Amino acid sequence: MKHLLFVFLLMLSCSIYAVDSRQLSDPKQQESYETLTSELRCLVCQNQTIGDSNAELAADLRRQVYEMLEQGKSKEEIVRFMTDRYGDFVLYKPPFKGKTSVLWIAPVVFLLVGLITVFFVIRRKKAVASLHPDAGALQRDVEKQKKIRSLLEKGDRS
Amino acid sequence: MLKYIIPLILFIILAVFLALGLSLKPGEIPSPLLNKPAPQFSAPKLNAPEEKLTPADLKGKVWLFNIWASWCVSCRAEHPILNQLARQQAVVIVGLNYKDEPINAKKWLDTLGNPYNVSIMDQDGRIGIDWGVYGVPETFVMDKTGLIRYKHTGPVTAEDVQQIFLPLIAKLQTES
Repeated sequence: MKHLLFVFLLMLSCSIYAVDSRQLSDPKQQESYETLTSELRCLVCQNQTIGDSNAELAADLRRQVYEMLEQGKSKEEIVRFMTDRYGDFVLYKPPFKGKTSVLWIAPVVFLLVGLITVFFVIRRKKAVASLHPDAGALQRDVEKQKKIRSLLEKGDRS
Repeated sequence: MLKYIIPLILFIILAVFLALGLSLKPGEIPSPLLNKPAPQFSAPKLNAPEEKLTPADLKGKVWLFNIWASWCVSCRAEHPILNQLARQQAVVIVGLNYKDEPINAKKWLDTLGNPYNVSIMDQDGRIGIDWGVYGVPETFVMDKTGLIRYKHTGPVTAEDVQQIFLPLIAKLQTES
């Protein structure tokens, strides 16, 4: 049991430590380093950032980011350096462009279509309820059931 | 009737998207370097580290730039194909020995054959980054003016050579 608990704790620990730690003297640059490594995709293991990945290429790209920051390059310059070589795919957050517009707009369109559908369905249901003479019948049924239930409860007591 | 047609249409749209998704190759990332000049390098040759090679040395030639390493498993699968292509002498083949130990690289060429007119070394992977390399082996086709005209990710197969590489090389050889 103790061993099992230990193994479980080990599993938890994995997500906590960084793959490697490079420290830049300027805290602002350090912040840029951390955001950049969490926004750039590792191209070998495509669903990890270069900050998360153990792949060799990710390590090389981290080194590249680190060196460029040390040279005083801005975040934009580093991102451009990466996209010039690897394309927009290297960015976890693709830029809004003609090619990627569907990617950005589609969720909004789907949401709107959903809301409009829900709106019409509700309106139609309401219209049916108010027009139909049987609509009252349902209400009567509910009252009847209430009566039945109260009668049953009374029966239980006696 | 409409009750049945709408779900049918939705199903067809979904099916089309899923079919497209199945045929996509997420491992193949389009290179932004296509039709751009070769990224600069000046790299030591594997067999003579004191000599350097730059893309300018290959001006006027159609050449293949093949990124390989002795630790790369699919390079082993690709190697006989490259050897065969080299025997045809249709194109200059330059090898980039990527993040490898020179001893291992030389041993590999000695035992498996050397299809490269020249191999250069990129031990720390910097040339690789400049060329947007992310999965070895990769093969670039370069034209006489030094532009990247084609990029192939993953091992080149005999089929690729016949259907893509040889026709493209023949076409580029006729360009001035």
